[in-house]
Amino acid sequence: MKLIHLLALLPFIGILGCISWINKVTPYVFGLPFLLFWIVFWVIATSVIMTILYRLDPANKKGESQ
Amino acid sequence: MNAALWIIFGFLALSLYLGIQARRGKDMNLEQWTVGGRGFGTIFVFLLMAGEIYTTFTFLGGSGWAYSKGGPTFYIIAYGCLAYIMSYWLLPAIWKYAKAHKLMSQSDFFVSKYNSPYLGVLVSLVGVVALVPYLVLQLKGLGIIVSEASYGTISSSAAIWIGVIAVTVYVMISGIHGSAWNAVVKDIMILGVVVFLGLYLPFHYYGGIQPMFEAIEAAKPGFLSLPDSGQSASWFVSTVLLTALGFYMWPHTFGSVYAARNEKVFRKNAIVMPLYQLVLLFVFFVGFAAILQVPGLKGADGDLSLLRLSIKTFDPWFVGVIGAAGLLTAIVPGSMILMTAATLLAKNVYQAFAPAASEQQISRLAKYLVPVVALVALYFTFEGGNAIVALLLMGYSLVTQLFPALFFSLWKRNFVTKQGAAVGILAGVATVAYITISNSTIGTLFPSLPQAVKDLNVGIVALIVNVVLMTVVSLLTGSGAAVGSKKEMVA
Repeated sequence: MKLIHLLALLPFIGILGCISWINKVTPYVFGLPFLLFWIVFWVIATSVIMTILYRLDPANKKGESQ
Repeated sequence: MNAALWIIFGFLALSLYLGIQARRGKDMNLEQWTVGGRGFGTIFVFLLMAGEIYTTFTFLGGSGWAYSKGGPTFYIIAYGCLAYIMSYWLLPAIWKYAKAHKLMSQSDFFVSKYNSPYLGVLVSLVGVVALVPYLVLQLKGLGIIVSEASYGTISSSAAIWIGVIAVTVYVMISGIHGSAWNAVVKDIMILGVVVFLGLYLPFHYYGGIQPMFEAIEAAKPGFLSLPDSGQSASWFVSTVLLTALGFYMWPHTFGSVYAARNEKVFRKNAIVMPLYQLVLLFVFFVGFAAILQVPGLKGADGDLSLLRLSIKTFDPWFVGVIGAAGLLTAIVPGSMILMTAATLLAKNVYQAFAPAASEQQISRLAKYLVPVVALVALYFTFEGGNAIVALLLMGYSLVTQLFPALFFSLWKRNFVTKQGAAVGILAGVATVAYITISNSTIGTLFPSLPQAVKDLNVGIVALIVNVVLMTVVSLLTGSGAAVGSKKEMVA
């Protein structure tokens, strides 16, 4: 488990840790109620974070042998 | 016969054809039948896992929740996202071990890690008890979809019988290969239908997404956020965490991990799956659009919101396409559940008591158990009543009880003994059963606690009981545990 893996904790903090502050309907962002926008934002951020992890993880450097 | 009916039956026939032809060129031993010979690449594994996750619940329940509960619905996107993050580490570890030990089922994993066939029996029984109601839910959904989309010309029970027969036939013949082929069609269909509906309906009725949400906010202020009590912020956090832990503990999801060709498949999926989750957003939009257009659906009838609004809006042929997509969302997970339950019963229950049985006999027994499990599910679908509702509520909490024993078994030095694992799982399951049957919440169990604690998902209690007893029993039975008597395990 390397330091970079800690990046994966961010969505947990973003989605679960901030809930009391972002539990509201307005302002609308991209047409979505704020709570929904916040969760969707973190879903997309998760995908970006996982891409970074995947690229940096030496375990994925090996070719698709077998 | 109207246009809708023709289209639904056309897709049912296609599904049956794809399911049966999937067998071609394969020698159907148990490993081919249940884990696809461990040869599936990224796309098939992706579709299979997506196929199991996007079920009739997604289709009817996702829109139904949006319609009747509003803001709390968003938890569905959140827990999947966090589960996919964990999958990056969890699934390769499970896959590697399963491949090295030639495992076929989720229970095999526990049997092998804890060196106890009887722990496998326990895990299988927990799995089957959770799976059967899940299958019943799919069948009920199938009945609703087909009877609504056929404008009532096919009764729900007739639709369920036809669907079950089709699934049973292709599962017996092709096993997981049939599910994978159908998952391809299903995902293309559901993606197309849901994205179209989720955009068309808000624009058609409200002139856009934001105007729709503004109209709902004007009619029901605060409906689009979490309420102050009940399904509040603390309910949200605890439920997201619990469901994320239980996510891969469903025996059919766990088992499909084995089907992958290599472990990179999962790491790649961890990137794509969160984005794929966003399909749910469009399902929610449909439910939200229905609030002001088809008002008055109470309680469980909220699940009809998507179909009712579609019937109100579209021509029969397109209702047929929606119905066909709905049908496939029941068939693909249904087939995986049937196959998994049959494999668990044959390999992990029957074989534990008849160790002399040959692999061929087990393989044959698993296939013959498919129609048996299907009939049990049909019985509960038509006769289940309240018992099945209680089991359904328990399903997710039941499989979550397998997480602690699994989690610790992945560590190099695992302090949990087989006795500890068994007692923990049993205690957790018993707590879930008690809580569900007595209809308790943390509020009713401990009335003096502050509201935020009362709203915590009650499944947390079961998980704590599980972990505490698992730890205590493991410490008591530790070190010399490898020779622990088997009789204690069954008790």
